[in-house]
Formats: sequence, structure tokens, C-alpha cells
Amino acid sequence: MTSVINPLLLVTFFPLVGVVLILLLGRAGKSSVRWIALLTSLVTFGLSLWMLSQFNTAEGGIQMEINLPWLTLGGNTIGFHMGVDGISILMVLLTAFLTPIAILSTWKAVEERVNGFMTFFLLLEMGMMGVFLSLDMVLFYIFWEFTLVPMYFLIGLWGSQRRVYAAIKFVLYTMAGSLLMLAGILWVGLTYGGFDLTKLTGSAIPLTAQLWLFGAFGLAFAIKVPMWPLHSWLPDAHTEAPTAGSVILAGVLLKMGAYGFLRFNLPIFPQATLKLAPWMAGLAVIGILYGALVAFRQKDVKRLVAYSSISHLGFVVLGTFALTAQSVQGAILQMVNHGLSTGALFLIVGMLYERRHTRLMADFGGLWRVTPLLGSLALLTVLSSVGLPGLNGFVGEFTILLGAFNSPFLASPWFAAVATLGVILAAVYLLHMFQQVFLGPVRHEENEKLADLSPREIIVLAPILLVAFWIGLYPKPFFELMSPAVEQLLALIQTVAQTAH
Amino acid sequence: MESAQLFNLVPWVVFLPVIGLVVNILLGKRLGETFSGVVASLAAGLTFVVAVLLAIALAAAPEAGVVSPWEWISIGDLSVRWAFRVDTLSVVMMLVVSLVGTLIHIYSIGYMHNDVRHNGDPGRYTRFFIFLNLFIASMMILVSADNFLMMFVGWEGVGLCSYLLIGFWYEKGTNGTGNAVAAKKAFITNRIGDFGLLIALFLIFGYFGSLQFDEVFRQASAVAAAHPGAMLLITLAMLLGVTGKSAQIPLFVWLPDAMAGPTPVSALIHAATMVTAGVYLVARSTAFYSVVPASQTVVMWVGTLTALLAATIALGQYDIKKVLAYSTISQLGFMVAAVGMGAMVAGMFHLVTHAFFKGLLFLAAGSVIQGMERGMHGSHASSEPDPQDMRNMGGLRKKIPLTFWVYLIGGLALSGIAPLAGFFSKDEILGAAYHGHAAIFILLVITAFLTAFYMGRQLVMVFFGKPLTAAAEHASESPRVVTIPLIILAALSLLGGALNLPGVHTLEHWLSHTLGEGEPAEFIWLVAGISLLLALLGLGAAWLIYSRRTQKADAEDPLKKPLGALFTGMERKWWVDELYQALILNPYKAFAQFMAEPVDLGVIDRVGGGLAAGTRALAEGLRKLENGYVRSYALWMFIGLLAIMLYLFLR
Repeated sequence: MTSVINPLLLVTFFPLVGVVLILLLGRAGKSSVRWIALLTSLVTFGLSLWMLSQFNTAEGGIQMEINLPWLTLGGNTIGFHMGVDGISILMVLLTAFLTPIAILSTWKAVEERVNGFMTFFLLLEMGMMGVFLSLDMVLFYIFWEFTLVPMYFLIGLWGSQRRVYAAIKFVLYTMAGSLLMLAGILWVGLTYGGFDLTKLTGSAIPLTAQLWLFGAFGLAFAIKVPMWPLHSWLPDAHTEAPTAGSVILAGVLLKMGAYGFLRFNLPIFPQATLKLAPWMAGLAVIGILYGALVAFRQKDVKRLVAYSSISHLGFVVLGTFALTAQSVQGAILQMVNHGLSTGALFLIVGMLYERRHTRLMADFGGLWRVTPLLGSLALLTVLSSVGLPGLNGFVGEFTILLGAFNSPFLASPWFAAVATLGVILAAVYLLHMFQQVFLGPVRHEENEKLADLSPREIIVLAPILLVAFWIGLYPKPFFELMSPAVEQLLALIQTVAQTAH
Repeated sequence: MESAQLFNLVPWVVFLPVIGLVVNILLGKRLGETFSGVVASLAAGLTFVVAVLLAIALAAAPEAGVVSPWEWISIGDLSVRWAFRVDTLSVVMMLVVSLVGTLIHIYSIGYMHNDVRHNGDPGRYTRFFIFLNLFIASMMILVSADNFLMMFVGWEGVGLCSYLLIGFWYEKGTNGTGNAVAAKKAFITNRIGDFGLLIALFLIFGYFGSLQFDEVFRQASAVAAAHPGAMLLITLAMLLGVTGKSAQIPLFVWLPDAMAGPTPVSALIHAATMVTAGVYLVARSTAFYSVVPASQTVVMWVGTLTALLAATIALGQYDIKKVLAYSTISQLGFMVAAVGMGAMVAGMFHLVTHAFFKGLLFLAAGSVIQGMERGMHGSHASSEPDPQDMRNMGGLRKKIPLTFWVYLIGGLALSGIAPLAGFFSKDEILGAAYHGHAAIFILLVITAFLTAFYMGRQLVMVFFGKPLTAAAEHASESPRVVTIPLIILAALSLLGGALNLPGVHTLEHWLSHTLGEGEPAEFIWLVAGISLLLALLGLGAAWLIYSRRTQKADAEDPLKKPLGALFTGMERKWWVDELYQALILNPYKAFAQFMAEPVDLGVIDRVGGGLAAGTRALAEGLRKLENGYVRSYALWMFIGLLAIMLYLFLR
């Protein structure tokens, strides 16, 4: 380490500065609170870029590590242990990138209790950073559970009509999973050599125990992703959450589940991973098709986008458990892609809602003519989500499917072949949505005079779309960032697979 | 300049139209119609210049060159670059796309000026040219790609442009959503085809370890020997992509609906260029198809049956553009049949001539339609007749003479009248079929006859007899910016056959550098005689039947009575759309609905809710135990003790 202060600590805890400022200056008025939050999140983004500049792309292992002994449990040390590698760095960047955008999107949408909203939002950012940077299982668990609290309040206090139901459902589902994970953490920590993730990787846990532990951790992650059939908290949470909450929920929180698989299940339970990979892939494929089918029949545009997440995250899980270089790197890229395109879709739904106070597609129609700029940017977002080549989604989906199709671990091209049908179905529901909202004649008089995008709204959407083009045309820097870490992970799986034979 | 240096210009075939569209996005609205049109046309025209320079360089040194500036995706053993390929095949495509494209850009300057006013939104003018430039860029990516994945970018890119342009007037059409629905149908049908292409790509990477053309084609025969099943699967999956993009059975249904787009779009995308991408793909993959004869047979039959089926439907249509649309499907069928037979040069030759005469026919049809629209405004008729319905036309020969003459040239070229372009290229395909594919030959000859017949029918209904409505009566000729491209295309349709004249075989030699040396197609007098005779017979029969029909706007088609149900079938497009609706669309909707409500909300959501309710019920039950009465606690303690003792006792 060259710098005196660890960049990871700064990135994780800088949002607290904003929280303190809001608490101190809370009386100063909505506008200054908004600016404090926005500037805090922008500085955090800047810090994450500084972290990126310190990151050595050529190295596969953990970097910028910080490890302070903290507690002892049953003779095992629980450390305040943080570090970053090629997988987590992308998640940190995604979080830091999306948070200011989400905050800026609330300028007009959140008018009540702005202090509270921004406080929770910054706390949420801190929690997410902690999840992605923790290298100690207990620390990870603490951050994991911590994120529930601000999200619960964001949905429950600033959501729409059924917000309380949705908030409780969100917490109960997640808690059910994470309790099992806690049991799993204690089991691993006390029986198999401590809570330090870096020391656990590849350790020899007997297969039966691995299978149980895979289940305990896997359930928590599968609920978070969410994988079919554990998804039913998601449509409600998304639909009821305020726009910025949906953006972060879809953009980052769901990725905690997918990230968990990569950080825990694959390296710590490799034998179980190999055994269960086809089952996980099977569930993922069901999720891809199921999400697409159900999305197609939604009347509420926000619910449609919510179900589309189930379909898109199915690709991520498929790629993860296909265990090939292409599929895993594709899956990680797709985590970023989904954060961008679904985040943008939720932003657009929010912009529609702010104008018309409805989310039913039947209340729209013909908006491209009334709001040409919003229509064009919505189309670009839809195309990114549909996986049109040249935009980000395609690179992720293609590499996932290509890898899964030829994966020796799934040992059958059928998973990927059936999943590829999802590419057709995505066009079906997304173009259906675009048509219902933006094409055709203007059917409702109220829609005749809607305002087109304001400069602030353009600033909200433009960065996302620019990155979407960047990843679509030149994804190389992204792949380079993650590739050594993924290679290391897969080398481990490969060794285990060979010794098993 | 050295050839290699000229080759370095190739990325500009993509950059130039991209620059054009960016300029129009930023400035088009502010600087007005003429500016938008000129910028876009200039971008397309300069692309043509680049294509010509590449052709000159290739003429000097016919070896393929690759310009590969950037890495795109590189993971593990997968490595794909943004790489442009200059060879005789790709340059032919570039020339056709940019030449026809430029002419259609110029035509659109005039056509869209009227169209945006007719449709009541002049502000949309610039957007049209942005999309048109985007199309040229995508099409150039498709034809200049040096690997399958980059080709796929162009492949889906042109599909997007098709979607955008079919839905250009997205608030028009049946119920106001007709055009939007047609656009969506095109995109989704194409995606079904793309599904096949993606699977083919996965398989190619699996068996060849690469997606780069030279790398893959070099191994084709080795892989075919080792894994014959895989090669069969690859070529058939690819064929699914071909049937989507080139509108073949079973995925042709989107193309007729695509006529909802403005007419220049129908000409450029849905006749001359994009829809030929499938033919290009098979020609590009010659190395694959030539080692899998079974696939070749399937391709050949798909093309032939599509050619025949679409020709019969064209016979029963009344919309001037629908006739041309089905004719396009039918002619694409000819090309697909040709490449299926291994007659790659014949297929490519027909692709080129068809781009000229079908582009011409569509643009001329646009001129007819706008002539009718002007007639409508001029006549102030109370009810507005459909300006695209041929039953409302008649006698236009005298009203719009220039359009008539170029239309006639296009029609004769399509019908296969010597010495126009279509005669030579179609004859080469028939000649290829004549050798060893008797059934195919007969079906294609019948189709050729039907082609001449429906063209004759259209020419008579539109241009001859007397005007049947006030609109036709008052129709007027188009401005020069519209007619000049027509004249140029007419000249190309007249002379295009010279590209590969029997005995000279210019195109054959040119393409042999890419497709490999083959036997130059020999000119068979018998085949040429039969096809010319049938073409004349078709035109003559149409003339006899249709010039004698009752000349009234609402008169029944003279074939309806004698052909009966057969004609109804052609008129109703053999109910293919209805069939798909019943077999695929409705079940899909119903299944999705079943998943969305009974399954998702009914079962899956309730399981979670049920767990919650169960927990609550359990808690309620447990709460009853804690009732505060010491006697009940004592009872439970007693029962507990009893149970423990029983357990210890029985152990």
C-alpha cells in the first residue's frame, strides 16, 4: 500500500459524511439536503475511480487488503477484513455509478421527509459497498443484513399504495434466506477453520457438508437474485418502491445474490458446485423463460420491468454455473449490464409516473410523438435490454450463452439452447411494452400536453446510455478488469473437477 | 496508390453513414429539410465512392484483404475483432447497397417532402434520413464483416432499421396501431430467425474454435468428415436465420406487412438490399454448404417452394405494393434455390439485377401512389379511395408517362424478357436447375410464368384502360428529384445483364476469387427459349384477360369466377397468417396468461403467503399455551415429564 488511507475504507464509509452533514444541517431545507446527498455520492464515485486507478489489472488476487482483528468466537478470529478483486471492483463501481444517478432522479419525485430519504439512501450505499468489499463472513453478514434496514424504510415510507405489504414481504423473504446463511456461516467458521474468506477458499470440506452448506448459502443468494421460484417478493417490492429505490434494488441489491454465488458457493464449496451446477442452470433457464412469459402479460409497466429482471438474472445464474471463462465473465458483465439497462428502464417508468401518476400501459400510447426525446431514449434503453448487438446487453448474453452451450460442466448444450429462446421472448415483451406506451396514436387527452425530458432528466439517463454503448462496442476494459480473478476461480474449480475423476 | 492502402479505406463504408446520421441528429432539425436530405445522400454517395475505390483496388489485386483495427470481445479462447473484409463478394454487396442506397436517398428527398405533409407531421422528415443512414451503416457492417459475430451485429442492426422504418408512421394503420404492429411483427419474426443463427454461431465456435471466416472455412471439410451431424445442424440452424431475413418459408409472413413503411423503405430495405442478406450469408458460407449436400437440398427446396407459393399469392393481391412484396419473396426464393443448388454466382447475379429492377419497381410504385394522392387532392372527391389499390387506378399511362415507361422496363425485366437484366440472371438459375434437378426446374419454370402473368396483370390494371376513379383521372407526374433516380435504375435494369453475359462471365470471374473457381454457367438455348416463351405467354395472357375485364373500381377480379376457391386462397394468402395466429400466437398468449395469473399469483405467490399465514397460525396456537394459569402450566409440565420418562423407559 502506498497511500496512507485505505481506499476501500473511504469508498465504503464516505457516504456517512453525507449522513452526518444531513443530520447537522437537516433544517436547512430540501434543496440543500438533496445537494449534500448528491455531492456525497459523487465524491464516493470519485473515490471509487481513485480505487480503480490503484488497482492492478494484471493481478488476480485480493488487493488493497485491510485486516484488523475484531472479535473472537469459539477460538476463531472475526476480522474487520476488506479487500477488492476483479469481480468485486465492478460491483463497487456499479454501485458508486448508479447511486448519484438515483439520487438525482428524486429531485422532483421525493418531496416529503427528504432528510430521511437521503439519509437512508446514503446508508444503503454504505451497506452495499460493505457487502462487496467484505472478506470476512461475519462482516459480510452484518453488511448484508444492514442493507435491509434502509431499503425497508425506503419502500415502506416512500413507496406507493401497497408499500407496507411490499416492504414487509421484502424483509421476510430476505430474512428467511439469510438466517440459513447465518447458520451456514457459523457451521463453516466453527468447524472448518474460521471466518476469513481468503483462508477458506478451496479448503477441504467433505462433500455432504458442502452440499448442505451450498444449500444454506445458496438459498439466501437465490432469494436475493431472485431465482425462480423464490421471486415473488420482487414484483411487489419493485412496484411499490419509489423510483430511486427500484433503480438501486434492481441495479445493485439483486447483484448481491449473484455476487454471493461467486464469492461463497463457487470457491468454498467447489465439489457441491460441480454436482449442483446442472440443477442451478436448469432453474436459471426456467427463470429466463418464466420471467419473460409473465412479463408479457403485465398491465403495469413497472411490474413488467420487474418480471423482466427475473428473466435477465436467469442469464447471470446460467453463466455463473456454466463455469467456463466466457460464461462467467459474461455473467459478471451482465450483472453490470442489467444494472444499467433495468436501472434506466425504472428511471423511465418513474419519469412517466411523475407526468401522469399512473403506471398502467393502457393509460399511455403514442407518447413518442408528444415526448420525442423521452421516446428515443426509452427506445435505446429497450434495445439495450433486448440485447441488440452494438449495445451492452448483447455482449453479456452472447458470451454467457456461448460459454454455457459449450460448457463441459453442464455437459449439454440444451440449457443454453433453450435459454436462447429467451432472446426471442425478450423482444416480445419489451417491444410490446414500447408499443403500448410510445407507439400508436395518442389515445388520452391528458397525454397530449406532456412535457419532454428536462435537462436534469437527460443528465440522469445520458451517462447510463453512454456506458451501454461503451460496453457494447468496446467491452475490453471491463473484461480485462475481471479476467485474472475469474481465471483464478475457474482454475480452482478445474482442479477440483480433475481430482474428483 | 497501392491496393493495400486503398483497402484501409474500408471502415469508412461504415463511418461515413454514421457521420451523416450524427450530423443529422445534432443539426438536422435546425437546418431544415434540404440540408438533412443532402447530408444523408452525400454520406451514402461517398460510401459508394469508397466502394468503387475498393473495387478498383481489388481489380488490380484480387486477393482478399482484412482491415482489423480493434479487438472486440476476448475471453479465454474466444477472440473476436472488429475486422473488415475486402474481397470480391463483399465488395459486390457494398457496391449494390451503396449505389441503390444513394439513388433511394436522393429519391427520398422529394418523396418524403410530400409524404410527411400527406401524413401531417413535417417535423419527422429528418428522422427518416437518420434511419436511412443508420441502415446503410448496419448493412455495411453486415457485408464487410470478417467474422460471424460482427456480421451478426449488422444482421440485427438492419433488423432494427427495418423495425424503425416500418413503424415510421407508428400512429397510422389499422386502428392506429397497424404500422406499429407490423414493425413489431417484422422484428420478432426476424428474431426467431436470429435464434437459429445464434445457435449456429455457438456450434461453430464449439467445433471450430473460432468465428473468423478464413479460420472456420479452412476447416470445413475436416469438421464435416469428423462430425457430419454437427455440420448438418450448423447449416440448418443458419438456414433458419436465412428464412427470417430473406423472408422464406416458414418466416416470410413479416415482409408483406412491412409494406407499411414509406415506399423508399420498401424499395431499399425490403426489396433491394436487406432481404438479400440471407442469400449473401449462404454464398459467404459456400464452404459449409458445399460439404453438406443434405442441407443444400433443404435450402434448394425452401427457396423453390417459397418462390412458387409467393408467386401464387402475388396473383391475387390488389395493393400495388403487396404485389411487389410477394414478388420479392418469390424472387428471393429463386436466389435461395440457386445458392442451394450450389449455383452461387447465379444467385448473386440475380441478387444484383433484382436490386436494380425491384428497387425501380418499388420507387416507381411510390411515384404512382403519390401521383394518385395528388390526384385526390386535385379532384376534391368526397370519399378518399385507397391510393395503393390497383382497382382504383387504370389509364395512368397517359397521366404519368415517365413513371409508366420506367415501370414497364422494371416489369419486363422482372418478367424475364430478353435482353433485360432479369432475363439473364433468371436464366442462369433455371440453367443450373436444368442440370439434375428436374422437379425444381419445372416448379421454377411455372413460377417464371406466374411472375410474368402477375406483372402483366399489374401493368394492365395500373396503366392501361381508362381511369377508374377521380384520383386516377387527376393523377400527375412526380418532380425531377424523384424521376431521375428512376431513370438511372431503369438504365441499370436494361443493361444489368451485361454484368455476367453468357460467354463473357465478368461476375463469375470476379467472384471466383472468393467463391472458388467453378464451371461458368453455360448458356442453354432450350432453357432460354422456354423461359422467354413462358414470359411472353404470361404477359400475353394477362393482357388478354385483364384488358377485357369490366373496368369498374368495384368490379370482381376476372379470375375469381373461373378459378373459384383457388383464387380465394391466393387472395387470402393461403391463410398462413391466420394459421400462425391460431397455432402460435394465441397459444403463446394463453400460456403466458396462465403463467402470469394462475401460476404466479395463484400458486407461487401463495406459497410464500401461505408460509407466513402458517407461521401466524402456529404462533396463535402457541400463544394459547401461555394463558397465565398456573394449573395449565403444571399440567403441561406433568405431560412433559411423563413423555421424558416414557422415552427413557422405552429406549
